[in-house]
Amino acid sequence: MKTKLSVQNVYKIFGKHPKKAMSLLERGKSKDDIFSSIGQTVGVNDASFDIYEGEIFVIMGLSGSGKSTMVRMLNRLIEPTKGKIFLDDVDIAQLNDEELRQIRLHKISMVFQSFALMPHLSVRDNVAFGLDLAGEVSETERIERANAALDRVGLLANGDSLPKELSGGMQQRVGLARALCINPDVLLMDEAFSALDPLIRTEMQDELLRLQAEDKRTIVFISHDLDEAVRIGDRIAIMQDGDVVQVGTPDEIINQPANDYVRSFFRGVDVSTILTAKDVARRKQQTLIKKTSDTGLSTSLQLLKDNDRDFGYVVDASNHYIGVVSIDSLKQAQSKQQSLEHALLKQPHAIDADTPLGDLISDVAQAPCSPAVINDQGKFLGIISKTILLEALDRQTGDPL
Amino acid sequence: MSQDNAWGAQQETDASYLADKSQVTEPSFDWTEPFTVDGGIIPLDDLVDATINAVVPVLRPIFQVIAEPIAWILNGIEALLLWIPAPFIIVALALLALKFSTRAIAIGSFVGLLSIGLIGAWDAAMTTLSLVITSLFFCIIIGLPMGIWLSRSDKAVSIVRPILDAMQTTPAFVYLIPIVMVFSPGKVAGVIVTIIFAVPPVIRLTNLGIRQVPADLIEAAKAFGTSPRQLLFKVQLPLALPTIMAGVNQTLMLGLSMVVIASMIAVPGLGLMVLQGIGRNDIGIATVGGLGIVILAIILDRITQHIGSKQHK
Repeated sequence: MKTKLSVQNVYKIFGKHPKKAMSLLERGKSKDDIFSSIGQTVGVNDASFDIYEGEIFVIMGLSGSGKSTMVRMLNRLIEPTKGKIFLDDVDIAQLNDEELRQIRLHKISMVFQSFALMPHLSVRDNVAFGLDLAGEVSETERIERANAALDRVGLLANGDSLPKELSGGMQQRVGLARALCINPDVLLMDEAFSALDPLIRTEMQDELLRLQAEDKRTIVFISHDLDEAVRIGDRIAIMQDGDVVQVGTPDEIINQPANDYVRSFFRGVDVSTILTAKDVARRKQQTLIKKTSDTGLSTSLQLLKDNDRDFGYVVDASNHYIGVVSIDSLKQAQSKQQSLEHALLKQPHAIDADTPLGDLISDVAQAPCSPAVINDQGKFLGIISKTILLEALDRQTGDPL
Repeated sequence: MSQDNAWGAQQETDASYLADKSQVTEPSFDWTEPFTVDGGIIPLDDLVDATINAVVPVLRPIFQVIAEPIAWILNGIEALLLWIPAPFIIVALALLALKFSTRAIAIGSFVGLLSIGLIGAWDAAMTTLSLVITSLFFCIIIGLPMGIWLSRSDKAVSIVRPILDAMQTTPAFVYLIPIVMVFSPGKVAGVIVTIIFAVPPVIRLTNLGIRQVPADLIEAAKAFGTSPRQLLFKVQLPLALPTIMAGVNQTLMLGLSMVVIASMIAVPGLGLMVLQGIGRNDIGIATVGGLGIVILAIILDRITQHIGSKQHK
């Protein structure tokens, strides 16, 4: 994957003596020491990560973790104290005012938590704001492009309204259209949906994913909400007190949290909507029956008895799932002189790999045996027993310590 | 420049008087009543007199140059207002009121202006109006950039603010004399006095209005690549406009309230009618002038107020 934005050893010190604080940091002093000795706040401490082209990269953290500072350093609304920020091959931290302005006009745009629409401009003029500032296109083209951007977020009819006449969700759509109108390489979204109520927030997330499916833009999304991060993020960086403590895919973060802080995000988070069947499916502690031309009922029966199991899962040579058999069904088929196919149980059905845990609780609970999990090619991934499911769901309430 | 000689003579006596005082008062200085010394321990009044007298002859030519454009604009506006037939002005102002505010105010200003004419104060009112408009024009030209500058520098605010306070609170009579000394009595001096008294609200409210523009809008504008100039003209000034208009409105009102005082330095107009009325104990003419000022003030106030609030919507 091609790296679009590369953040390399970036620091931000808030206060009047950033150099002093930097030298203390380099000598290994802690952030608390620096604050108590010279009153300087370390906002971001040695952050390094790469953001790939076309991905949604979520920076997550509690308030005060430095995530908003981090994203503002990407377009230098906040000046980094030290470090390099590469957009393609250009170090943004080194640009002069005019070069920076060109980057802001053409390459990086931003969506804000407070919407920050200009109250004196119509919705259409707000969307065209960036084009107007650049002053490079004619008025007709500007209006055309603004209308196109409005159309993409479904607000073409509201172009002449003033922002305050729209609801919060609609205002943020305008904010999104304003950012998209300049067709930027990178879209920064600072808690863009946090001010919206939950229903609208989900709707906006879907909207963003829909737009992203068309554009494949590089998006840096700031959030304090794990549900949101997991839902829209291709990868997630977690920040704690100015440090980037973990960068990874949602699965990696959930399954191998770097520390207790990362784990603490799951507290109170509804794991059943985040984890899917494939995340918890287990391959061990089960009996697989490889179905070949000579796999008969008696060999299957023997296999189950040897492993002391009541049920066995039948797959073909290339691991495609066929079904589940029990000792009883095998014996019954044997007595009727039938083949293995006739011993397959009608229940339970296999579970699709991407089913969230919340949707399969009743399937697992009511099935006579643990259901199998298959991927979209029908391959067997493992099974989910009642015990496995309970353990997985327990993560959300269980004390991580 | 016979004046110079006269003052010069007095300066000598001043010096001897100071010398005298040091001899006379020092031995009998009573620390329990330290401030009873005649003329004060620090002779501020004498110092000011001396400074003004030294500076005026030097600065007079410079101030005459400053007076030139003011006189030019003032006379132009006055000539224009007096040349246009009164009915046209009445209708034009009423239409202006109709455009920027409500119909009631349009009707009110029509009736008001008509009554100014009917009570025989029309020409005086037009003279006063030209004076006020000229003052307002210069107040905006000076005040708007000043306010913008103050909005960008806290240090500038800490320096300029006491000056603005002084301009608004110093009794006009105090600077009336030095102004007349450098500008000569007349309409230009009247405009200058009015500017000093009336300019602070534009400056203060421009500063305030720009500072009150929400920080997140400034941040958003910067994120989309505004240059400092675009930020000012496309975001800060439009959003500060209602507040700035409130300042303009205040400046206009203060300007009108200055016309009577200005009439003391030979400025013609409604103020002079009032002053003459007081001087001759003629309540009739004072009432005509006073009523003219009030009507003019209300009309101008309502129209400018609505310009501000209309933008606000």
